[in-house]
Amino acid sequence: MSELQDLYQELILDHNAHPRNVGVIDGCTHHAEGVNPLCGDTLKLFLDVKDGVIRDAKFQGAGCAISTASTSLMTQTLKGKTTAEATSVLAAFHALLTGDGGPPPNPELLGKLLAFAGVREYPSRVKCATLAWHTLDAALHHKGEPVSTE
Amino acid sequence: MMAAVSTRPAERATGDLPRYDVGALRTAFPALHQAVHGQPLVYLDNGATTQKPRAVIDAVVSYYTTDCANVHRGAYLLSERATLRYDAARHRVAEFLHAATDQEIVFVRGATEAINLVAAGFARSRLQPGDEVLLSEMEHHSNIVPWQLACEATGAVIKVLPFDDQGVLELDRLDALLGPKTRIVAVTHVSNVLGTVNPVAEIVRRAHARGIPVLVDGAQAVPHLPVDVQALGCDYYVFSGHKVYGPTGIGVLYGTAEALQALPPYQGGGDMVRTVTFPKTTYAPIPSRFEAGTPDIAGAIGLKAALDFVATVGFDAIADHEHRLLALASHALAAIPEVRLVGTAPGKASVLAFTLGNVHPHDLATILDRQGVAIRAGHHCAQPVVKHYGVPAVARASFALYNTEAEVSFFADALVKAQEIFKR
Repeated sequence: MSELQDLYQELILDHNAHPRNVGVIDGCTHHAEGVNPLCGDTLKLFLDVKDGVIRDAKFQGAGCAISTASTSLMTQTLKGKTTAEATSVLAAFHALLTGDGGPPPNPELLGKLLAFAGVREYPSRVKCATLAWHTLDAALHHKGEPVSTE
Repeated sequence: MMAAVSTRPAERATGDLPRYDVGALRTAFPALHQAVHGQPLVYLDNGATTQKPRAVIDAVVSYYTTDCANVHRGAYLLSERATLRYDAARHRVAEFLHAATDQEIVFVRGATEAINLVAAGFARSRLQPGDEVLLSEMEHHSNIVPWQLACEATGAVIKVLPFDDQGVLELDRLDALLGPKTRIVAVTHVSNVLGTVNPVAEIVRRAHARGIPVLVDGAQAVPHLPVDVQALGCDYYVFSGHKVYGPTGIGVLYGTAEALQALPPYQGGGDMVRTVTFPKTTYAPIPSRFEAGTPDIAGAIGLKAALDFVATVGFDAIADHEHRLLALASHALAAIPEVRLVGTAPGKASVLAFTLGNVHPHDLATILDRQGVAIRAGHHCAQPVVKHYGVPAVARASFALYNTEAEVSFFADALVKAQEIFKR
């Protein structure tokens, strides 16, 4: 039971109970939809990008605590970053969750997102944490189809 | 909210029936005796698949060990033995479903393939633009999507019989939905989420009064209650072996001889033909017509062992035990604040879907798993059912003949611990 605290850290529980940046950006420059067909989680992500900088990020959707907290923290992280920086964070986040469990290569890049390190021990939950980031990838690259974790 | 199950455990502790020896039954299931995450396994996802008794595992192993040959072709002893065992399995299934003849039993991969077979047959031979297929709102995706494919191919349309908030089909709306263009009714016997046992015989009676055939999805029924297809009167009945203690990869399509003969062949290949020439092939009679290629011989043999096992326990005893567990679990969950039971139909089977406050079912399943408790979370391949209740997902515990009252209590305690994690 105690190892569950590594998964459900205070920060994750807080962002699940009080997700930040929930809403729609009218006239957004980028948007994408993500689904996790295994659990039915759905996500709509909206970005406002100007001169290569993400000025605002908002989302709507329903998901588990891991999924909701991941999306909430992602939107916080993205604001003020260039799209190139966002792509680097995305890569670092994937490495954190699917890597060999060694120390993350870019801890300073991940910041608060290091709270998700524990998800690696729960293979069936990795997709919950990465749904937001798959959706970000789709939004940045203007992929038309809703992105799926499967 | 309390489920509509009146029996309290205390009232059923004694009785005239011989005591149900769940401890002895559990010894027959090797997989139950293991630890997961350092905790004894409490397996409550029986609606997804059941664990297998030693007799089933042994039957599969014995086919591969001593009788491994193809069926219906070899003029040698091993093939004769394999054929005898395969045909005996078909006979056992016919007996289990109370079918009129063995020829009415087609072996397939599972309930899903059985429904696809019938739906594809209807698409090719029966459905026209504007025709209607009547389903219920509580169907599993496997009894929705094959019909959608059939409708896409033909221009037919799907109609839906709704259920009420208890999870009971609104039968008073059935007659209005059975119209001159209805070509088939496909309905589940027992809901995989709600546990509702549907009044299939009554649905068949009303459909047949208008000359409409009925397919019944029995995947969730066969582990819990005796099935008599002739008493139900249905034209098709399907189930999967692995949900009734048998192997994965084997399932059954029952059809009356008339209903099977009305279908064109499904897949082409060996064993389903009588004569083959390049201009023209003539097909084998039922059931071989629908069993192209080498079948899952080991699976059929394992399924026979599973049905034999269930018969030795007896459906009266199984139903009595499972209803006791369901009543205990419903009672225990009703005492937990923020639990909402999903599906409270009277006389439901031992399937208990629920939500727990703001704890998402997936988080719940993970937290329970770390305590050794395996439950299902999500939409359960029945998205319309989950949508009916206005939630994105539900958790589900489903009980089998080998679950114990102690496991039910442990499960309820584990839920409280999950609540505590989310309240800290």
